[in-house]
Amino acid sequence: MADAREVWITGIGLLTCLGEGLDANWQRLHEPSTADTTSFAPYVVHRAVKVDFDKQIPKKGDQRQMENWQRMGVYAAGLALDSAGVKGNADLLSKMDMLVAAGAGERDTDVDLSILDGLRRTENREAYLNQRLLNDLRPTLFLAQLANLMAGNISIVHGVTGSSRTFMGEEAAGADSVRIAHARIAAGQSELVLVGGAYNAERWDILLPYALGRTLSHHKHTHVWERLAAAGGMELGSLAAFLVLEEKQHALDRGAKPIARLERIDSDYARRMPGAITGALERMWSDIAGKVRPETAAILSGATGIAAVTEEEHAFLARHPGLAVRASGTHLGHAPESQFPANIALAAAAIQRGKLYPACDNSGMERPMDPPLRQVVVTSVGHRRGECLALVEAVE
Amino acid sequence: MARTDHAGRPIIVVTGMGVVTSLGAGREDNWRKLTAGESGIREITRFSTEGMKTRIAGVIDFVPLQRQTSPDLSERLAEMATEEAISQSGIGSKGDFPGPLFMAVAPVELEWEQREALVRASGANDSLRYSDILRTAETGQFHNFYERFSFGSLADHVAGRFGTKGSPISLQTACASGATAIQLGVEAIRRGETDAALCVGTDGSVNRESLVRFSLLSALSTSNEPAYAASRPFSKNRDGFVMAEGAGVLVLENLEAARARGARILGVIDGCGEMADSFHRTRSSPDGKPIIGCMRKALNDAGLPPDEIDYINPHGTSTPENDKMEYLGVSAVFGERAHNIPISSNKSMIGHTLSAAGAIEAVFSLLTLEHQRLPPTINYDIPDPAIPLDVVPNKARDARVTHVLSNSFGFGGQNASLVMSREPR
Repeated sequence: MADAREVWITGIGLLTCLGEGLDANWQRLHEPSTADTTSFAPYVVHRAVKVDFDKQIPKKGDQRQMENWQRMGVYAAGLALDSAGVKGNADLLSKMDMLVAAGAGERDTDVDLSILDGLRRTENREAYLNQRLLNDLRPTLFLAQLANLMAGNISIVHGVTGSSRTFMGEEAAGADSVRIAHARIAAGQSELVLVGGAYNAERWDILLPYALGRTLSHHKHTHVWERLAAAGGMELGSLAAFLVLEEKQHALDRGAKPIARLERIDSDYARRMPGAITGALERMWSDIAGKVRPETAAILSGATGIAAVTEEEHAFLARHPGLAVRASGTHLGHAPESQFPANIALAAAAIQRGKLYPACDNSGMERPMDPPLRQVVVTSVGHRRGECLALVEAVE
Repeated sequence: MARTDHAGRPIIVVTGMGVVTSLGAGREDNWRKLTAGESGIREITRFSTEGMKTRIAGVIDFVPLQRQTSPDLSERLAEMATEEAISQSGIGSKGDFPGPLFMAVAPVELEWEQREALVRASGANDSLRYSDILRTAETGQFHNFYERFSFGSLADHVAGRFGTKGSPISLQTACASGATAIQLGVEAIRRGETDAALCVGTDGSVNRESLVRFSLLSALSTSNEPAYAASRPFSKNRDGFVMAEGAGVLVLENLEAARARGARILGVIDGCGEMADSFHRTRSSPDGKPIIGCMRKALNDAGLPPDEIDYINPHGTSTPENDKMEYLGVSAVFGERAHNIPISSNKSMIGHTLSAAGAIEAVFSLLTLEHQRLPPTINYDIPDPAIPLDVVPNKARDARVTHVLSNSFGFGGQNASLVMSREPR
């Protein structure tokens, strides 16, 4: 393999329940966590702050062609391009590569319910279903559902056209999109990449697959680690996160400042037998352990709160007691495809500020950490699959 | 012989191929029918098409399944084609493929049968509310839907079965997905991360709702009778694409590693190109710049001038828009030669296999190189005078083919092109 090139994070765009942009999010991490327990009761949902989409998606026509998960993603992508100072730079954007982690789009639940209701009464199921689908589905809704159309809309609205690849597959999609973006830059296959994802949790149809798996916690907002003592479960969160990753010299040449360096990232495929997750994390840890200086490092966890999987991550963390831990899901909720890019963003924010945000946990897992903070290890353990470990560092 | 390509990178070769389409399962069956000009398009019987303008597709009904859902079929097709590819390649050992999986999959979501099952089990009487469905979901009796309809499940199962290494990648770049899977594999080997990669494109998503959705976008042919004549790429009377199912798989290897284990080299992936289109969600930029740029990037990546390409496997969907734009793009890249390079669309026979198309057509491009025979564009009875191309009309023919360009263009401005050769240079 050729000598690996340095990969800098030169842009970040965040849209979460805490706010818009890195500063607003960072500030709110210093306040007690909250979540909405009524709008989607019995489920607990972290709802995104309202933003003026016009600021990043000027044409109403473009906004109408999208559903909210896409609007959020295109919005956060715009924030990231702004933050990297490449917005509107047609030359750079035409060479910029794009990797997007996306799920399925949003359905029209009123239409679905009305059809399901009618299906209970009809004599001729197939003819009825055909007729209703032909009459009731909006043609453009298809485009608002296709996974790759978030990337498509980013191309249209922001002009990113170097390349466009969309990964699906929940948490693994988020982690592997960042991993491959990093690998391409490190190996000289790319200079500048926009990578991230978006997830809109504020929909009944989006909650359904996770309800089928009985993976959602109910009624009360709780901190991630404290859920292990109860039944466990996820609180889903609306979350859009994009990063601009850039080769060091490319950034220097255009006078861009690094927020942090994405030093290493690795993902794994644990077969989810008991102990497999802990083993996978431990294996990935052994690859970066030599680089981590525990006195100035912390761990930012993407733990879901689902008991069986988070317990395994807990066991891994317990073996490395020297590092302070935070689980971002307490504040942000869990967003399958976009949690990992968001955690890379928060890790970079913490490094840029040289300190960790306050603990938000009564289980004993999270404890205060004295500055300075120079490194953050980011974990991802998907609700069903997808294990990943990354090391984000200060650029000295 | 060279061990690296023109840019000093590992040479990427193909050592295994597998394919399933509406024509049948396996390379031999497909190639025989493809070069005989047979069509796999037929009337849909999987569900009633009453009231629909389009009643045909390249459906695969010869694969037995326990449950007829799109992800079940997509996964099964991927498995069948992967079996064939790995078996031909002889790489690794059973259940132990020595490299990562890149798998193009159709979008996955609950289908009407599952929604109806939830409603039935809810016991809701009067007006139905979403909370009735969620309450039923929470009973856990439909836990299997959770795994089946999660996006990552298909690649996860294929990775588990064939023992690929690392986190399996599920990807979706619309109709370019299959080509993107190959591109990701090529890049991983070039980076030196692995000596082998399993690249899969699969699509078993001809279901009621997806047919309606493409139909509502006016993308589909409505020439239902006779079904075999519906897909008419480059013809004047073409009226849309025909949805189809299938899977294509390539085992990619670093040439050195393949030689070291004495593998038979089936072909070379010389280069990949990609360029996104920012013009419109479903239409190409009128100046064709993105598709022109995409083809040129692939040629540059391959280190080949356009003159060296002697066959094009086009996207060739049979939609009025695509075929016109593809002609514009090919003319710009190849100049006067555009009119003489044979360019034949597999989709005239197998329909548009969507997320699988790029991978299936890569397999067919490599078979074209292997057999030195060009499959035809069938149903070419009324040439479009605005598209003066040698489409290998209606009958296969022998030809000397050294380098092939294969195009895949999709909704959302996705464009990917591959350059393939018979032998390492």
